[in-house]
Amino acid sequence: MWLYEKKMEYPVRIKNPDPRMASSVISQYGGPDGELAASLRYLNQRYHMPIPEATALLNDIGTEELAHFEMVGSMVHQLMKDAPADEFKESGLGPWYADHERSTWPAIGTGVPFTAAYFASKGDPIADVTEDMAAEQKARATYENLLDLADDPDVIDPLRWLREREIVHFQRFGELLNKLYEEQDRKKCY
Amino acid sequence: MMDQKQALLDKIRAYEFAAVELNLFLDTHPGNQRAVNDFNAYAAQIAALKQQYERIYGPLINFGFGSGSKCPWQWINEPWPWDVVNEG
Ligand SMILES: [Fe+2]
Repeated sequence: MWLYEKKMEYPVRIKNPDPRMASSVISQYGGPDGELAASLRYLNQRYHMPIPEATALLNDIGTEELAHFEMVGSMVHQLMKDAPADEFKESGLGPWYADHERSTWPAIGTGVPFTAAYFASKGDPIADVTEDMAAEQKARATYENLLDLADDPDVIDPLRWLREREIVHFQRFGELLNKLYEEQDRKKCY
Repeated sequence: MMDQKQALLDKIRAYEFAAVELNLFLDTHPGNQRAVNDFNAYAAQIAALKQQYERIYGPLINFGFGSGSKCPWQWINEPWPWDVVNEG
């Protein structure tokens, strides 16, 4: 089961509303390389891993991604919270406001909703962990794109921290992939 | 008052981050004795800091995994982590 700890993994304290930035950041909430997709990808793959290191790592990174999902959700919430409706309209976010007002919702900024098609669970451990490594790199690249778009230090700080986490996760998945190849070789020796 | 709460929470967050890092590292290096020692040391410090925090501010973790609550039920106390004003 999961327990909730009443704190952020890393603080998010954005003081100035900016719905346009929110509509970009939301991609890491409910987009193809976002934190929800990451968490669900790993939590679904953990059931069929052949070595205990793999089960544990997918379980634990899948759990940490939920904390990142919360951080990104908080960023979107804080960026929209005190923005007047006019500001949504001027930023081209009238359609978002009409359907969701200032609510977070797992989608990308153009309104396309989250889908399980964003991630895979092939059932083959090597294929799945290779996908996970690519997913971490795509998430890192998305954070770099968001950093190009951001100018508020309150937004930049958590984005930079989240980007770093993708690099660490990529590193751990790389170590795991080597172990999975070793396991495959071991099984093939009669 | 709020600054003290924040400082304690920041300290818990820092130790917990070290523990998260060591936890993931140990998942792929389970035989690393030094990392296990470090993890255990951080875990003990986190437990002590959490106890200290919860004695003053109420449960940090739900479903009974934190300390108990005073009455009225402290879990519903604001701020929540996504509230900008004080908490992070
Ligand atoms: Fe990640």
